Amino acid sequence: MTTRHHYSKELEHLQRMILRMGCMMEEALKKSMDALVNQDITLAQEVIDGDDRLDDMELEIEDICAKLIAREQPVASDLRTILTALKIITDLERMADHAVDISKIAIRLKDETYIKPLIDLPRMADIAIQMVKDSLEAYVDHDADKAEEITRRDDVVDGLNRQIFRELLTYMMENQRNITQATSFLFVSRYLERIGDHATNVCEWVIYAATGERKELNS
Amino acid sequence: MDTQCKLKITDLDLFYGDFQALQNVSMDINANEVMAFIGPSGCGKSTFIKTINRMNDLIPDVTIKGKVLYDGVDIYKDFDVIELRKQIGMVFQKPNPFPMTVYDNIAYGPRIHGVRDKKKLDDIVEQSLKGAALWDEVADRLHKPALGLSGGQQQRLCIARVLAVEPDVVLMDEPTSALDPISTAKIEDLIDELKKEYTIVIVTHNMQQAGRISDQTAFFLTGEVVETGPTEKIFYNPEDKRTEDYISGRFG
Repeated sequence: MTTRHHYSKELEHLQRMILRMGCMMEEALKKSMDALVNQDITLAQEVIDGDDRLDDMELEIEDICAKLIAREQPVASDLRTILTALKIITDLERMADHAVDISKIAIRLKDETYIKPLIDLPRMADIAIQMVKDSLEAYVDHDADKAEEITRRDDVVDGLNRQIFRELLTYMMENQRNITQATSFLFVSRYLERIGDHATNVCEWVIYAATGERKELNS
Repeated sequence: MDTQCKLKITDLDLFYGDFQALQNVSMDINANEVMAFIGPSGCGKSTFIKTINRMNDLIPDVTIKGKVLYDGVDIYKDFDVIELRKQIGMVFQKPNPFPMTVYDNIAYGPRIHGVRDKKKLDDIVEQSLKGAALWDEVADRLHKPALGLSGGQQQRLCIARVLAVEPDVVLMDEPTSALDPISTAKIEDLIDELKKEYTIVIVTHNMQQAGRISDQTAFFLTGEVVETGPTEKIFYNPEDKRTEDYISGRFG
């Protein structure tokens, strides 16, 4: 016999909210990259304006967690699921801030002719977005193995970051007029690399929620 | 402080007639710790706590196999039951003061154990009531009927009555289930104080209470111990799925 339907429903609701916040963040990041690649300032502005909704969502999820703790006295894996939610939303919020940072760069570069076509940056973004998406699925499924697998993809993101750095360095050495723009792209690369790190954090929390153990995977 | 095993139970089976109420129960209960038993109704926790001071001796048709060692001595073989219950006292779910004065309730135990000296009895009464955090509330009504006290005071009186015979272990079978939150909090604070000097075993249906006050928790289900361990571990990351389901209220 199962009991505590209301409690179970609230926990499910919490997980759905996390997925929704994750979707919004992915969407923002995708848009910011499209805005950068296509020099689309309308899209970039959309991301910047939409960030308030993500911040609101973070507060809303915090409230759900606080109320669950106050009213239901969660223990064991329920408690870990709630604590994990509180941690994950911080990472999601930071990732969303980076999407805003990228959008601001897109706006700053709107009239410039790019020194090179953007190929690796969107690739980095795609991998990072998929990492976030999969890590949130792992959260809902309590799947520690999957979470650990996801963190390995961060090596690819880090590799791309280093590669982009070297490439941009050659452009800067070639012509110092490239420096401003190349530096902006370096920042984008850095933001995407950070997003990969945040996704890794999410995975560590997923492992904690599922097993109660803390694993340091962000090497 | 090194933990010292106060009670060691090995392979305990208990039958009421043909019905097996406890199956293969083994656990160590450490000195100066609070051990909480949790589990759904009818799972054997009360039966088990009673085996620790042989309260089940009074029930006809009980068969007990296995060992209960108290400080290394088998309580079912080498122990006088009166002496045993002096050392291992018990507090029940409903406060059950004797229908006499507060003073006489506390003095009852020492008197039957042969204490006659008035001064000494006064001393025991005062110390026991202080030990049970009740002295301040009843010092001026020691010779009034104990049944005139509130429920929470009566329960602390019962604890004081146990302390009066200088026990070593205090067993409590749902001691706060009939009390309001404030009385409950007082008893919980008291348990925390008492464990410095005594070993405490408590049966509770209040999971949060087990979480708050115990050092070790044992989870019983249908006469078996599913899991025993440090309370933090049981409530934070239990080994067994059934423990997890029970403590998070997923079955009842």
